Amino acid sequence: MYEFVAFYIFAIATTILFLITVMSKNVLYSMTSLAAGMVLISGLFFLLGADFLGVVQLIVYVGAIMALYAFAMMFFDATKDVKEKHGNSTLVFLLGGLMALVFVIMFSAPIIGENIQALYPVGLAENLGVSGNAQDVGLVLFTKYLVPFEVAALMLLVAMIAGIILAGKKMDYSLTECEASDEELQKEIKKEEA
Amino acid sequence: MDATHLPEVTAAGVIIKAVLILAVIAAIAGFGTYIERKILAFMQRRYGPQHVGPYGLLQLAADGIKLFTKEDIIPQHANKIIFAVAPVITAATAFIALAAVPVFPDFTIPFIDVYVPSIASDINVGILFVLGMMAAGLYGPLLAGMAQANKWGIIGSARTAIQFLSYEVVTGLSILAPIMMVGSLSFVDFNDYQADGTWLVVYQPVAFILFLIAGFAETNRTPFDLLEHEAEIISGYVTEYSGMRWGLFFIGEYANMITIGVIASVVFLGGYNDFWIFPGWLMIIGKIAFSFFFMLWVRAAWPHVRPDQLMWLCWKVLMPLAVINVVITGIVIMLVQ
Repeated sequence: MYEFVAFYIFAIATTILFLITVMSKNVLYSMTSLAAGMVLISGLFFLLGADFLGVVQLIVYVGAIMALYAFAMMFFDATKDVKEKHGNSTLVFLLGGLMALVFVIMFSAPIIGENIQALYPVGLAENLGVSGNAQDVGLVLFTKYLVPFEVAALMLLVAMIAGIILAGKKMDYSLTECEASDEELQKEIKKEEA
Repeated sequence: MDATHLPEVTAAGVIIKAVLILAVIAAIAGFGTYIERKILAFMQRRYGPQHVGPYGLLQLAADGIKLFTKEDIIPQHANKIIFAVAPVITAATAFIALAAVPVFPDFTIPFIDVYVPSIASDINVGILFVLGMMAAGLYGPLLAGMAQANKWGIIGSARTAIQFLSYEVVTGLSILAPIMMVGSLSFVDFNDYQADGTWLVVYQPVAFILFLIAGFAETNRTPFDLLEHEAEIISGYVTEYSGMRWGLFFIGEYANMITIGVIASVVFLGGYNDFWIFPGWLMIIGKIAFSFFFMLWVRAAWPHVRPDQLMWLCWKVLMPLAVINVVITGIVIMLVQ
């Protein structure tokens, strides 16, 4: 009973918040509602008994990814509305509607066919004498999905190195401690690059 | 501590516990301001508050009246909804984080026979939940700074994003080494692991120090209180706030200090185990009180750091140290087994 009520509260609230994210013209509203929606999605994970995934949702999406959006927000005037360019609105609605339809069919087909089976259900690790959500996830991650896991790790490493190289060009100069004016600094950097 | 011997946790017990946490922690947050001023005054050879009531004890009530009756100002060009929501986010996330940590000892209310548990919600990934919720707390200062249409606020929220994101990495990595040793994410397991009297800080001194430093940054305490550095950016993200909205930020900050104190006590300092002749509940309160005092002590003793020094400390000193600590712990665990 509690779960039933909680599920509908979370589901409706998440949908409304994500609608605000899409519809709102104010950057601040969009970002706030997106972050709040992410928090509520973790509530759905907790309801399903997947505590670990719920917490990961909190830490990764709310704590890290949304905060990176917030960095980008610093370059806008957050209190003003954004003027969006609407080209062909019929096309947009058509494409968006089609994509939504495809997603619904994709996710509902196995439910209707009753072919959904958990290959690695919760409680998997109990056979090995340890119980807990984190252990379940770890077991699956390091046996069945080891290769995708390592490939994803490699991809993140590549992205990180690329980011450091892109950002690190002028890092030899400490801008805080430098007493030269901006123009002098630019000249110095240009000289160094030449 | 065998779970089967404990009475069943009912919904009424959890609700009573939640109200208890809310009331007591909010009161402690208020009283904490008095203690903070008195201790700072003592360390700087001043008197501190002393005019309202005996030893200035009623200063708390005077401050409360001031906060409640102060005019509530919302700047003209501010985004009013977000401006109003931001302080609530700070206070709410701080108290939600407290839901998963052991705060007071468990007890049964005599006449109505309701068992009140020590942890309001004993999920088995407690540590991650608390860290995640404290991470979500960054939205309070961030949104507050961006909604108020004030340049100091924007600078404050930019610093929030940078500081909280960076030090989350250090908190997570430093606490990873104890998690590897215990093999669980539950606070109860951490407590039981140290039941023989050997505190984890003996095995993991580096992780403990890293966690404390990162804890100062995450709770926005001096030497890392760059979000509201008076000398540089007026008040940072709270520049435009007044009255009880400002008070909510304050309560949230003090609740976070207590949370950090609880995590440090349970994970590193032996938890709520009995020690010599002292019962467990006295020990945990003593440890939390000491970590609270420690934060005030540091505030009186250390100057602020510059933002670039803060980043240097995080990415070039603390994070490599934390990674090395995790690797060494892993190797030692592998060799011992």
